[in-house]
Amino acid sequence: MVMRTAELAVKWLGLETTERLVEIGKFFVYVGDVLNQSVRKPMRTSLVFQQLEFIGNQSLNIILITGFFTGAVFGLQIGGIFQIFKAEGLMGAATAKALTRELAPLMTGFLISGRVGSSMTAELATMRVSEQIDAMEAMGVDPVNYLVVPRFLASLAMIPLLCVVFIFIGIIGAYMTGVGIFRVDVGIFIEKMTQIVNMTDIWNGLQKAAIFAVLISLIACHYGLRASGGAKGVGIATTNSVVVSLLAILCCDVVITYVQVKF
Amino acid sequence: MIEFKHVRKAFGRRVVLDDLDLVIPPGKITFIIGKSGEGKSVTIKNLMGLMHPDAGQIIVDGEDITRLDEEKLQVYRRKFGMLFQNAALFDSMSVGENVIFPLREHTRLPLPAMLERVEEVLTMVGLPGIQHKFPTELSTGEKKRVGLARALVTKPKFILYDEPTTGMDPLVSEMIDGLIVQVNRDVPGVSSIVISHDLKAALATAENIVMLYHGRVTLAGSPKDFRESKDPVVRQFFSGSVEGPMEFL
Repeated sequence: MVMRTAELAVKWLGLETTERLVEIGKFFVYVGDVLNQSVRKPMRTSLVFQQLEFIGNQSLNIILITGFFTGAVFGLQIGGIFQIFKAEGLMGAATAKALTRELAPLMTGFLISGRVGSSMTAELATMRVSEQIDAMEAMGVDPVNYLVVPRFLASLAMIPLLCVVFIFIGIIGAYMTGVGIFRVDVGIFIEKMTQIVNMTDIWNGLQKAAIFAVLISLIACHYGLRASGGAKGVGIATTNSVVVSLLAILCCDVVITYVQVKF
Repeated sequence: MIEFKHVRKAFGRRVVLDDLDLVIPPGKITFIIGKSGEGKSVTIKNLMGLMHPDAGQIIVDGEDITRLDEEKLQVYRRKFGMLFQNAALFDSMSVGENVIFPLREHTRLPLPAMLERVEEVLTMVGLPGIQHKFPTELSTGEKKRVGLARALVTKPKFILYDEPTTGMDPLVSEMIDGLIVQVNRDVPGVSSIVISHDLKAALATAENIVMLYHGRVTLAGSPKDFRESKDPVVRQFFSGSVEGPMEFL
């Protein structure tokens, strides 16, 4: 009896592992296909522009609001601590450093994953379950080329730009707290910030934003294309897509930060 | 001509097509019938290259399509127009954009010629001048007709209909059946392949009927052959009785 149970457990584990490995393999084949098609004709410029508008323009408000409050709150927290050591003048520099290297790319990634990634998955999943993607394939049009590549390219272009906006508006938030609440001199605020924050910090932040853009768009479209099972399937695909995107962003963030700090 | 030779397709342990041999003659309306789960849709997906058989050959106009890679399959699929069960119109596009879509993708016609062709096929399905409407503004029957217009717009050699009358009221069903006949008559050289379990429509509309049972062809022939068949499976399908060799899930 015990042997039989153990045998079944090993079989189940083997099947589960095999299925997971197959899924991972399929995902990498899909990633290869997207990258390959991104540099091949037909280039769907008008679809890319539609996505640029959706990802960039329509996300601007939420980035502005979140960026401002993140900078302001971080400034308040860090300013309170620096005040103990009479070093309030450094709060602008510390906030800007944190924003450029970490907060802006991470928060932009999270926000875009929730707003854009979920929408991409839901749209593609609805198209899949209502046979619209099958119809596209039946008409000899590759859904990866038509639906995924424009979203991938637009994400790659727009998310780093949104990250720059986040940094800029976050610094304005920190400036208002610093100057308004902690009475930091404007000249000192700017001088310390320009001394401590350099181009490498901005470049490192943008690298992260670009990698998060790749993750968000690829994961969102992957889950959308593979959805099945009607309205419930769309819901499951969307939830899974957002959860996996957020986890992927966090995991990658650790790896990228380690590489940036060490090398 | 389309020919399936010893085609096998299984999903896990479930064999859906089992050594299927099937011939679809050119220029005719062929109905592929059978109860749900007998592999009708799998047959059509294999024919379109949207699924690949585990074994066997599918010969279309002398070419074995099971050997084609994805790039060649995309070109091959242009021979087909397909009307999906729920029409599968792109809901983010207007009727005009839906119908023009295959032309934009696969032809280099100037825009006025494309628009003229769109109007022509919409007129053919009885819906002229509705290019500006969106799929959500259309009735189920109208959606089907727009789907058919989209399938026809590139002048395909084969038109596939996937359960075209399922869930339709009798009037719309009859209108769709009439359209199938009209298209096959008016479009030169076109072959129509209809997946259905509507036996009444098959007998009234088809020139050739193929019945699938347990992943194989039980009977292939004219409507007359079906009416006169003594095959117990065919008789049970005709009568709609639960008593007989055909099991129900």
